[in-house]
Order: sequence, then structure tokens, then C-alpha cells
Amino acid sequence: MAIPKICGIETEYGISVRDHSDFNPIVASSLLINAYAKPALRRVKWDYEEENPLRDARGFERAPAEGAAVEDETGLVNVILPNGSRYYVDHAHPEYSSPECSNPHDGVVWDKAGERILEASIQAAGAIVPNGQGISIYKNNSDGKGNSYGCHENYLVDRKTPFPNLVHHLIPFLVTRQVFTGSGKVGAEANSRDVDFQISQRADFFEVEVGLETTFKRPIINTRDEPHADPERYRRLHVIAGDANMAELPTFLKLGTAALVLRMIEDDFIAEDFTLTEPVRAIRTVSHDPSCKATIELSDGRRLSAIELQWEYLRLASKYSEDNDTDGGAADVLSAWEQVLEGLESDPTSQSHRLDWVAKLVLLEAYRARDGLGWDHPKLRLIDLQYHDVSRKRGLYYKLERAGKIDRLVTEEEIEWAIDHPPEDTRAYFRGECLRRYSRAIVAASWDALIFDVGEEPLRKVPTLEPGRGTKAHVEELLDASPRAGDLIANLGA
Amino acid sequence: MSSGGGQTRKRRDKEEETQPQPEAASTKEDATKEVDDLLDEIDEVLETNAEDFVRSYIQKGGQ
Repeated sequence: MAIPKICGIETEYGISVRDHSDFNPIVASSLLINAYAKPALRRVKWDYEEENPLRDARGFERAPAEGAAVEDETGLVNVILPNGSRYYVDHAHPEYSSPECSNPHDGVVWDKAGERILEASIQAAGAIVPNGQGISIYKNNSDGKGNSYGCHENYLVDRKTPFPNLVHHLIPFLVTRQVFTGSGKVGAEANSRDVDFQISQRADFFEVEVGLETTFKRPIINTRDEPHADPERYRRLHVIAGDANMAELPTFLKLGTAALVLRMIEDDFIAEDFTLTEPVRAIRTVSHDPSCKATIELSDGRRLSAIELQWEYLRLASKYSEDNDTDGGAADVLSAWEQVLEGLESDPTSQSHRLDWVAKLVLLEAYRARDGLGWDHPKLRLIDLQYHDVSRKRGLYYKLERAGKIDRLVTEEEIEWAIDHPPEDTRAYFRGECLRRYSRAIVAASWDALIFDVGEEPLRKVPTLEPGRGTKAHVEELLDASPRAGDLIANLGA
Repeated sequence: MSSGGGQTRKRRDKEEETQPQPEAASTKEDATKEVDDLLDEIDEVLETNAEDFVRSYIQKGGQ
């Protein structure tokens, strides 16, 4: 039987400093994080012991490729926040990795909390250096000049599920889900055929179907095998073929639909074969067609549109949910999925209150109509970029949201809470609460362990290898009975 | 939700959409005004020199 789909989203944010195009992005990103995190949190180290980006899910370990140096991240700024997230500098970008969430609704809440943390960091940086206020942060995936940075989803998957099954069923799903997960982009990049506007920020950057890399030769299915959990029981599926979303529904659907598809794969529920003849070409074909009518070829000779293929997955997921116990608000996912596909099919612009790429396209078209702008006008590229500004004063997404043009799924109160508190029903609760209660006694932490210094040798490592354990129901009583870290260690040993 | 419901409902919605909508004409002006107001509001926060701003936005590649 399928295992619970614990999930999380990691986002590399774009960063710029107004009037200082020669700024150092690592320094600026470090400034943001140091300004935001309290000193007690800054001294807790990240524990890299279990990290292994060169272990391949297909069952081998690769030597570092020439010219693709494995970055020594040690020494770069890296904090673990009381909401269970990791906030750090990665590849010259500030990155927020959300805590583990048990359902797509929470996934949206803790993803949005990340945006607010970045926004608060700019404020905090402004109090340290005069130029801090000049920093802008963008939740997008491309600079429009061929450089891309990622928004990756992670899902807990049963180790027993053969990796080729995941590849087989996920590729057609990921290629076609862009119609609701895309964030929209003016123009094309990376040697793609030029277009005025396309559905996805990321599609132009995928070059192969399956592979280990994430920064070049990007694969539709990434094979990195770092479970950050019990490796005998679990995989962490690392999905790199997705856009960072501003609107809440795309994030909700992105997580919710993938969770259902993964459950079906684990349960061998999908008998159909949707294999695409040319997935890498298809991901561009879908992205480059805002009418959503273009068809892509299946290996059995059929040609289907992205929407038609998504209807197939939705039909299967609906059937699956009737016959199986699905958690995580599957009914809401299924109904939103259906509404979006129906809307896109009748008229894509009808989804401007739900989907990022449509909201952006409608805004761009309004500007074009009012000011008579051609698609090559720089103002349109500026609108494309500023749509993603996380500042709620400057960000155009937030202008639309405040004008009532975008549907919300979560409340500002939920987001506020999530900035400082972990989800209560995953191991993130134990991590976050330990950081809140005992940060001075924690030497290092990672997704799957906390290392305590309780004032006597040796250091004590508390593994958290089960993502579904360490919940509030499981450990709150224990934490309440342990006023100091030493008490916690003693009580854990008891 | 039933598995076959999606397709049937889809067709029904299409039929409904082809019905004449008498109110559409009278609200069209309001809608245009609303869009114009929104664009004016956005103009106030848009970075001033679009060309320079967009040109100088260069990122180191990431994952």
C-alpha cells in the first residue's frame, strides 16, 4: 500500500541590488540570512554527514564529472529556523527549503512563509547596511538571459517502488502539468525557438529525460538518491521540473496531483502507457503554446494535448481515490484539478484568477493594449520579472491579489503562524520545537538528525529517520517534561 | 466525485457558456475602467527604467 506523501518545496530565489549591478550575490544572500536569523540560531551548524548528491537512484555512485565541481558548501551561511525549514546560501542564491508537510495545503502555507521570511530579511538587512533596502528578491526561475535557478519539490516514496516505474509514469505527467504549474515567461531561452510568451519559466532548460545533474544538462527526472530518511525504507523523489509559483492554487495542485500520481505508482494502479516519443521536445511544445491546444506524440501513435493527458491522470486519480484511502485533502485536489482543466479547455484566460501564467499573460496583454507595446518591449520583461517580487509593496502578483484578482487558499494568519512554527504532524515538529526550546544546546542539525551538546562528552545525536514520527502528538509531552536539553536526552534514553 | 463525472460536466458547462449573457454588455465599460485603474496603480510601483533594470538583472545559474 502507498505510503503517506510527506512533501516539501525548496526555492532558490533570484536576488538583485538596485543600482549596484556588480553586487556579490553570495555576500548579499548571506547578509539577508544573517540579518534575519537570531544569533542563537546562527551558531547551529548544518550536519552534512548524510548528504550525498552523487548517489544515483538507479543504483550507482558517480565520481564528480570534470568541470562540474562538487561545491563545498561548508562555511556558507546556513541556518535552521524554528519552523523546521532550512534557510541558506546555495549557488549564489538565498534558498529556503520548507519543512516536511503532510499535505498540499500545509505545503502552500509553509512555502508562503518562506516568501515572508525573505521579505522580512530585506527589512532586517536594511537596519544593518544602508544598501540593504536596495535588495530585491524574486521568486522566479530565470533571469531571461539563459540562467535558471530551481524550485524543487520533494516527496517521500517507498523504496520498494522500482525507480523505472517512477520514471515511466512521471515523465508524461510532469511534461503536461505545466498547464497549471507554469508561472509564465516573456520570450524563450537556451536555444529554444523564439516565442512571444510561454507557459513555463523552466521548460527551456531541460535537455535530457533522466539524470543526476541539476545545474546543467537538466533532466526531467532527477535521480539524486539522498533520502534524508531511513534509506532502507524510503526514497526522496527530487522533482526539479517545476516553476516557483506566486499564486497559491498552482502550488497546491503541484503538490496534490503529484502526491496522487505517486500513490498510484506505488500501488501499481496505472495500467495505461502514456510514454511520450520525445519528452524533451514535448516539454517545450507544451510550454510554448498558451492556447493549450498543441498535441504531443505518444509512443503508441496517439497525439494528445497536455490537457487531454492531464484528464487521463485525473480520471485515474479519481478512480483510485474511490477505491483507496487517500489522505491529504485528496477530494479538494481532485475538484480543483477538474475545475482548472475544464477552464483551460474552454478558455485559458478564464483561469487568470487561479494560475500564475494566465494572470501574468492577461496583465501583459492589458499593458500591450493600453500602451501599444510590441512583445519585444522591455517594459513587458520588467512586468514579467516584477510579478515575482516577494515585496508585497512592489510585487505585481501582490497588486493583483490585493485587487481581488487572485483566489486565495490559505489565510494570512496561517502564514504568519508558519513563519515561526513547524507543521505539527511530521518530524519537522520535533526539529522546530527543539530549536525553539534548546537552541543553545544544539551543535548541528539536518533533516534526519539533531546533535546536542549537553555539557558532557560525547555529543549526543538524535536521529530523525522517520519523517512521519516526531509529531506533536508523539513528542509534545516528552518535550514538556524536559525543561533542558539534558533532560530531553535523558528522557529519550529512558 | 465520480470518475466519469469530469467529462460529462465538462460538456454541460460548454453548453451553458453558449447561452446569451444579457448583462455582459453593460458591465463591459466597468471592466475596462477597472483594468485601467489597476494598470495605473501598477505603473506607480513599476521600476522606472525598464530597459536598464531588466538588462542588469543577471543571475548566476543555480539548480
